[in-house]
Amino acid sequence: MSVTLEHVTRAVDGMETIRDVSLTLERGTLAVLLGPTLSGKTSIMRLLAGLDKPTTGRVLVDGKDVSGIDVRRRSVAMVYQQFINYPSLTVYENIASPLRVQGKPREEIEKRVAEAAKLLRLEPYLKRTPLQLSGGQQQRTAIARALVKGADLVLLDEPLANLDYKLREELRAELPRIFEASGAIFVYATTEPSEALLLGGRTVCMWEGKALQNGDTSKVYRHPETLRVAQVFSDPPLNLVGIEKKNGSVRYAGGVEAPATGLYQKIGDGAYRVGFRAHQLEIGKGVPGRHAFPATVSITEITGSESFVHLKRDSVNWVAVLHGVHEFEPGQTLDAVLDPDNIFVFDAADRLVASPGSM
Amino acid sequence: MSRIDLVDLAHSYGGNSADESTYALKPISMTWRQGGAYALLGPSGCGKTTLLNLISGIIAPSRGKILFDGKDVTPLSTQKRNIAQVFQFPVIYDTMTVGQNLAFPLKNRGVPRRDIEVRVSEIAHLLDLTPHLNRKATRLTADAKQKISLGRGLVRSDVAAVLFDEPLTVIDPELKWQLRSKLKALHLELDLTMIYVTHDQTEALTFADTVVVMHDGRVVQSGTPAELFEKPAHTFVGYFIGSPGMNIMPAEVKGREARVNGRVISLKRSYDSLPAGAKIEIGVRPEFVDIAKPAPDLLAAQIERIDDLGRMRFARVRVGDVKFAARLRESFSSTDGKCGLIFDAAHVHVYADSRLVEGTP
Repeated sequence: MSVTLEHVTRAVDGMETIRDVSLTLERGTLAVLLGPTLSGKTSIMRLLAGLDKPTTGRVLVDGKDVSGIDVRRRSVAMVYQQFINYPSLTVYENIASPLRVQGKPREEIEKRVAEAAKLLRLEPYLKRTPLQLSGGQQQRTAIARALVKGADLVLLDEPLANLDYKLREELRAELPRIFEASGAIFVYATTEPSEALLLGGRTVCMWEGKALQNGDTSKVYRHPETLRVAQVFSDPPLNLVGIEKKNGSVRYAGGVEAPATGLYQKIGDGAYRVGFRAHQLEIGKGVPGRHAFPATVSITEITGSESFVHLKRDSVNWVAVLHGVHEFEPGQTLDAVLDPDNIFVFDAADRLVASPGSM
Repeated sequence: MSRIDLVDLAHSYGGNSADESTYALKPISMTWRQGGAYALLGPSGCGKTTLLNLISGIIAPSRGKILFDGKDVTPLSTQKRNIAQVFQFPVIYDTMTVGQNLAFPLKNRGVPRRDIEVRVSEIAHLLDLTPHLNRKATRLTADAKQKISLGRGLVRSDVAAVLFDEPLTVIDPELKWQLRSKLKALHLELDLTMIYVTHDQTEALTFADTVVVMHDGRVVQSGTPAELFEKPAHTFVGYFIGSPGMNIMPAEVKGREARVNGRVISLKRSYDSLPAGAKIEIGVRPEFVDIAKPAPDLLAAQIERIDDLGRMRFARVRVGDVKFAARLRESFSSTDGKCGLIFDAAHVHVYADSRLVEGTP
């Protein structure tokens, strides 16, 4: 089966929450909806589920328009950020509930609950009630219930957002395996770039109700078509600097001039914006061919495995990430160093014109 | 700003139970430096919120004392303890302007109007709220409202401490970066004792000078982010800090050698007097294990999956029954997933019953 949104726009009280989104999702695939709060992720899910109807455009299932069909007749399961379980039922009964509603025979219910419980490592807890479980176990129960239903379309709306960091890490590692085993269409909404990268599949980058870019997750990450996509898909935030290319050299805003080597050879004369993620910015290595910018340290954040150095240059903030522990004093000046082969260049209309590996 | 001492402090929600193992907070004694930036880090149910509520006076301890600058405040209410708090969700008055919201804690305490104006404009400036000072708070986004909550928590300069309970949970990733570094800068600027409760290691490690890691009602380690990363005192700290966490596996340890699956891993220090009968494990972070082509003298492993985080890659490998994570260099490739592991001896630690053993040089 496949689900398609065809030029879908949805307006609520005259405000467009979804603007001209076209999207096709195929069976056995995972699509990540990546974007900040209010970018339209939940609205897209509600349209896919049939909970809301498009103002214009069509929703197609296997090519057939289902825009007007009652949601109860569609095969959809949904998991929300705030996990919902029946508090008086055991974990077993919670997972079994959609099958009981469907009137499945007892043997089948037992078999399918056992499968889902095994997949989500809930076997030891089947006799407990949700309140006797941790948050992660409760959310796994909600996910198991969504899976057991055997729905063709499973929608997960920031399902890990309310969980502890470590649990999130563990579930995130398990989810791709769960998706693969089920064969349904999965749609997964998140605000976090790292989550999209770990889940793989394809990513739809959302911004202000628009689907800005839709493609293989690693491709969207490595070749964001617009500045906005690069920004949505960067954590720490994307660093930016304006440049002007002229007569074989580049002049950076704030006054550093350098020969137009590396990716700068690929662009014509004119004004551009250059974006680079925190790991693309190095500190204090004067290698020939690199472009160095004197900058002031505002703060260093150390996680142990990495150090995030917040820099101020020409009243613009940049973040660099270094492996290991590196302490810098606030106010200290140092050189922030860019490799002209390892940058994203955007034109005046914010379209990507050069990226690493796009030679 | 005060120094805070916890003296044999413990709490049981079931009253004064005799069984310590059921305590939400097991007895602890520790000191929080005046002007320090602390994070209380641990999974849900570890006791961190209980500890925070004991310090703020929301709950009374089953036993022990809390001292602010040497003075016993255990019987005092939150208000009398002079504590400011910021919660997970914004607590502000919708009918007031942003400026009035920021001024409220000061006005309440009868601070002179001129001092209020100075302080409010200082805090508004630090949090980039100056342009919004005269706007009603009601129409602001959740992010902006939480910024006002932070401002209200920081506006009084005379508080004993500012307590933050998961203050950035509702904030989008990009703004989280801004607010986190802002909070850290505010701490440097304002000389307030700050205690920040979170289950998010990145927030804890990046905000605090000292991170207090809690597990099962106990403080298992308290140290700088670098100490927690490089020398976890407990296997739980190794697992909880770092993403992926520390690799931990059973080993036979003798002198300067650890034996795993029949292979020898060299150790930097010597371990001659390990407690008899204890569970012996070695721990090494993924960052200190290299993946190489299989070789006779290397611990053999099978690559099961590669996590591409964009700025780095981790290989998930299996050594016998043990799952293992290792940093993967750009240059490494393999067709059959077979590999050998190279350990950085200086970063392989030995644990007896989950606690770090120091060893001798």
